[in-house]
Amino acid sequence: MLDFDYSFLAEVLVGGLLSGVMYSLVAIGFVLIYKTSGVLNFAQGAMLLFAALTFVSLVERGAPFALALLITFAIMVALGMAIERVVLRPLVNKPPITLFMATLGLSYVIEGAAQLAWGTQVHGLDLGIDDTPFEVAGILISKFDLFAAAVAATMVAFLTAFFRYTRIGLAFRAVADDQFAAFAVGLKLPRIWATVWAAAGAVALVAGLLWGARLGVQFSLSLVVLKALPVLVLGGFDSILGAIVAGLLIGATEKLAEVYIGPFFGGGIESWFAYLVALAFLLVRPAGLFGQKIVERA
Amino acid sequence: MSQGEIQLVVDRLEAVYNHAIVALHGVSLTIRRGEILALLGANGAGKSTTLKSISNLLQAERGQITRGSIHFEGIDVLRTRPSDLVRHGLVQVLEGRHCFRALNVEENLVTGGLGRGSSRVEIVQDLERVYSIFPGLKAKRRETSGLTSGGEQQMTAIGRALMSRPRLLVLDEPSMGLAPLIIRDIFRKLKSLNESEGLSILLAEQNSTVALQYADRATVLENGVAVLEGAAEVLRNRDDVRAFYLGERTVSDEGSVSADRAVDNPRAFETIA
Repeated sequence: MLDFDYSFLAEVLVGGLLSGVMYSLVAIGFVLIYKTSGVLNFAQGAMLLFAALTFVSLVERGAPFALALLITFAIMVALGMAIERVVLRPLVNKPPITLFMATLGLSYVIEGAAQLAWGTQVHGLDLGIDDTPFEVAGILISKFDLFAAAVAATMVAFLTAFFRYTRIGLAFRAVADDQFAAFAVGLKLPRIWATVWAAAGAVALVAGLLWGARLGVQFSLSLVVLKALPVLVLGGFDSILGAIVAGLLIGATEKLAEVYIGPFFGGGIESWFAYLVALAFLLVRPAGLFGQKIVERA
Repeated sequence: MSQGEIQLVVDRLEAVYNHAIVALHGVSLTIRRGEILALLGANGAGKSTTLKSISNLLQAERGQITRGSIHFEGIDVLRTRPSDLVRHGLVQVLEGRHCFRALNVEENLVTGGLGRGSSRVEIVQDLERVYSIFPGLKAKRRETSGLTSGGEQQMTAIGRALMSRPRLLVLDEPSMGLAPLIIRDIFRKLKSLNESEGLSILLAEQNSTVALQYADRATVLENGVAVLEGAAEVLRNRDDVRAFYLGERTVSDEGSVSADRAVDNPRAFETIA
């Protein structure tokens, strides 16, 4: 590698990191619910599709952008709370696999409902951000990716402040730490779960709009959950910070692997390389980078 | 409610885990307002199950009450959510303390206030009160709870329960894993809360020596049944009781305990015979 192109490397790296942010967005929705109720919500992808589809359909029917956003937000919050009330609460204290199966079934119900309500055709989603790349220090950066990163950063800052400085945030952390103790202390777990599901609905909306704008709003949008799984394995299922860092790592690794290792395999490794990384990581550190550190004095 | 009035009644309680494993077959006990009742018994006697039933926490551990009833100040406990029981003044400090390990000491205490639904002002007042009872906690208020000592964690757990302004404090094995001096310190604090504020206390203990020293009365469980009940003072001096039910080798050289020593409690006599 006599004349290695460093600016190309930087460009691939930045592009990878920014696309990783998109994975983090999806993963955060999982983390919120897993942390407080121990449920791996497979329906997060379907919620994301539902949000994007609802928003696009409203806009196509002539609703102004802001109004459509507001209505979709309200619907997603309501959907999240309804899922908690109707599906999860009756299953409290059931084994994790039962809860997982319930969310798996739920994801198909939501997908079906979304298509029943809004049809099956593919929609374009324009958030009004033109995706012309611009140049910083010789590196081309996508404007859209940068916007997505800014949105993700804002959302994480908001969530962090919420958990750190509000009463319900403290209750949330208590439940995440020790559910039985939180129950005994008198915290109202159903109310906390409902809030968390509502928050997950809102996160699904943000992720759905960004992913929808990128891929088009269609059935396969719900499959981005599969992209979040390696991020969760790497970052730990119960850490928001982990979801961010792992999203960035997966994004960057994927792109670098595609560009530098891909040619040896005839290309196309980007779609599965993340799983390979996750698998390798499971063997070394099953709890993930930031997964539940048990804080206890020996 | 005046002093001495009956506050909690547990009546012939039967409980099973997973619909199969019987944990209690008939536990009855009563607590009067302002008294300390010790619930004694060996490992597996049913102390924890009884206490969890009293806070209606059993279903969270896949247990069910199959018969019997529990009433706290006229409230049907088994039909009341744990969060509502806390609001009514019945709070439990769980076995093994169960502090929120990733939260700092003060945050742990505040959750107790949240459980009661206290206002911000009430929480600030109650924090000061808990810190005046356990001054050691104030110095550690910003430390991660999981990194504090066992004694500090027990104080945090008790302080967290006090934040919800209980009228009946239920403690499951508060002495577990703690050094004798710390146990004495904690029990003295509990006793002084009991004397100064009339706080009723129900505590399950394997350490019967300590429990009988501070309790007014005691109920002894064996294999899920309440086998005897009496004034702590009396039980303290009955070596036979401690030898038979609490697994302590305190029987003197007289050999086997004669039946007449147990005869003043027919149920105890039956079990021994």
